Amino acid sequence: MTATTLLTGEAYWLPVIFIGLMGLAFFLYAILDGYDLGVGILLPKDSDAHRDMMIASIGPFWDANETWLVLGAGILLIAFPQAHSLVLYNLYLPVAAMLIGLILRGVSFDFRAKTPEDHKAVWDNTFKAGSIIAALSQGYMLGSYVMGFEQSVAAYLFSALSAICVTAGYSFIGAAWLVLKSEGELQIRAARWARVCGWLTALGITSVSIVNPLISSAIFDKWFGSPMVILLLLIPVFCAALFFIVDRYLAHFPHDKDFGAWIPIVCIAMIFLLCFVGLAYSFFPYVVPNTLDIWESASAPESLKFILYGVVIVLPTIIGYTIYSYSVFSGKATQLKYY
Amino acid sequence: MLMDTLILSRIQFAANISFHILFPTITIALCWFLLFFKIQYNRTNDEVWMRVYRFWVKIFALTFALGVVSGITMSFQFGTNWPGYMKTVGNIAGPLLGYEVLTAFFLEATFLGIMLFGIDRVSNRVHTLATFLVAFGTSMSAFWIIALNSWMQTPAGFEMRDGVAHPVDWLEIIFNPSMPYRLAHMLTASGITAGFLIAGISAYRILKEDHKPAPRRALKAAVFALAFLVPTQVLIGDIHGLNTLHHQPAKIAAMESVWHTEKGAPLILFAIPDEKTQSNLYSIEIPRGASLILGHDLNAEIKGLNEFPNAHPPVKPLFYGFRIMVGMGMLMLLVSWIAAWQFLRKKDLSPLMLKVFLVMTFSGWVATLAGWYVTEIGRQPYLVTGILKTADAVTQIPSHNVGTSLTLYLLLYAFLLTAYIRTLFVMARKAVLVDRPENMKSLQEKIHDAEDAPL
Repeated sequence: MTATTLLTGEAYWLPVIFIGLMGLAFFLYAILDGYDLGVGILLPKDSDAHRDMMIASIGPFWDANETWLVLGAGILLIAFPQAHSLVLYNLYLPVAAMLIGLILRGVSFDFRAKTPEDHKAVWDNTFKAGSIIAALSQGYMLGSYVMGFEQSVAAYLFSALSAICVTAGYSFIGAAWLVLKSEGELQIRAARWARVCGWLTALGITSVSIVNPLISSAIFDKWFGSPMVILLLLIPVFCAALFFIVDRYLAHFPHDKDFGAWIPIVCIAMIFLLCFVGLAYSFFPYVVPNTLDIWESASAPESLKFILYGVVIVLPTIIGYTIYSYSVFSGKATQLKYY
Repeated sequence: MLMDTLILSRIQFAANISFHILFPTITIALCWFLLFFKIQYNRTNDEVWMRVYRFWVKIFALTFALGVVSGITMSFQFGTNWPGYMKTVGNIAGPLLGYEVLTAFFLEATFLGIMLFGIDRVSNRVHTLATFLVAFGTSMSAFWIIALNSWMQTPAGFEMRDGVAHPVDWLEIIFNPSMPYRLAHMLTASGITAGFLIAGISAYRILKEDHKPAPRRALKAAVFALAFLVPTQVLIGDIHGLNTLHHQPAKIAAMESVWHTEKGAPLILFAIPDEKTQSNLYSIEIPRGASLILGHDLNAEIKGLNEFPNAHPPVKPLFYGFRIMVGMGMLMLLVSWIAAWQFLRKKDLSPLMLKVFLVMTFSGWVATLAGWYVTEIGRQPYLVTGILKTADAVTQIPSHNVGTSLTLYLLLYAFLLTAYIRTLFVMARKAVLVDRPENMKSLQEKIHDAEDAPL
């Protein structure tokens, strides 16, 4: 750190900008692909009609949602190549598992509509399995990353806990998406799922937040050894409040005239945001915990500048047409038709 | 240890990229075909064009999905298996890959949603625009990835500092010496692959007694596109070959199996190259042919492999791969021209030609893969010509981990490829059953059953 604090100008700012962009990409990924992975995880065995409607609700979006993962991993690769190598070296098998999960769900989505009726259920199961594998492996990777890729029983258990926590979180936001996008019986079902997943997610986040500072002294110092501790403790307080709002809303579901169907998903997005802020605070300026900071691992400034021009022009455009696409498909989901 | 991490990682990369390229090769051009169908519909208001569009957009969606998911796997391979690559040339490769994500991936993924499911929700004009943006996006994607691949073949516009490549001139990096030729060659290859796919599946529908006008119209469009694209490709291939001769002579020497530098080198039609004795067995040759084709002069000197001791690519895969590609090209030329002639003279294709097209449904894949094997193996032993050897870029991960992931990928790819091909033919058979003239009464129901199945 002593050497890097001397950096000034673009050599200092470019890595900071890019770690911010990477955080933004992974945050948007967690929300956007989070809800469509969640919908996949929740696919029920008993109703073909519900499965059709659930998949229809994510049909126009899943592909673009997944692209945020490519962007996030892409920024890690482009801006912090050494960190990218180190992270992927340590997460080799979970990454392979995640990719296989993503492949399975991505293709099932298309195959299910195009094969003979009797194969459809098989592809639905593949879709569900792929979604679960992807969510579990992402959670496992997050846990392993937080533990600095430590090879110990405690670290493995923590990663397993994190895997379940992320899977519950994705299901939570997936159910909330369905509350927003569906109606009738499916919507009531989704509200029930959301409530259960909400409790699981709250339990998961609480245990991760307690276990993490206990087994990592660096994190403990950062959170409790700082004069900002009062301010930081607002994060869990806000989180609890948001969980409470969602749970109360869902407990009295359905509401008149579909009142506030957007409330759960917006609150959950804010919970995700708070978790992200917490994570970012725990690790900044490290890109690999306690090993590699953003300045040590950054690419050459001339490369970062070249890509930054593109980002400044293109990223707002991407956000613009993404909003446009969501507005085209706004309102309750309808059966997907290739017209 | 039976196989080491290097060879397993190379097999894994080859498997991933071979599987991946199958799908973009189709979608890059198929989307321009779709735009053509859509514009024809807008112009003529003829429902048949819309039916052609409707059928092929479903195949596009399926193919695109396979391309996306196998592409995500690709992007992770750099970090998981080839850390030395990004360490050495990351300053160049990173931004090029970044621009692909920014300018292509989001564009195609977002507007694909509108293109597939949005026609009731947007105006016809916006829907046509969405089709154009997806086509533009897929081609942009090809542009950036070909720029990077070509830079690895013929690096330019950079300087080495402390063993790491630093960019000096981005225009020189992007438009490096082999880039325009490779891009043209690949885009045309995509057009041909999509053309034979459209022709093959349409021929299958007609052979299955589909009497609707749609498959005939699609077949005709594909045949005329092919009759133009295949000879264009021969020309581009020739120019690309000359460019390779200039910048990567070792690759050409291996492709032509020229062991020793000679003037008036023969064109070897077939032989069994023998690495040990550095000669060709059972060789069938056209005297001075290679000099004529490559040097455009009967006495032109062709550099032999002897000029590149220990730094030339393996001969056999290049020699055979190149012959498979060219042989396939010649066959395509013959088939597309006979078909175009039949359409012009008799307004229809003979049953024999329909069967030929059915057999050649995936011929574009064979030629494209053979071509890529030639160019990629032809860069060996380098990963980036003159800068980084493949063996120096590989990961330190234990070989059994790579073995595990490789096995999983191979099983998955075999399964998906089978499912993909089967599904194409299932979709074709479903389309044959839709609105048979004898079933006109239940037309709406049939369409509803077969076409409006939720995705």
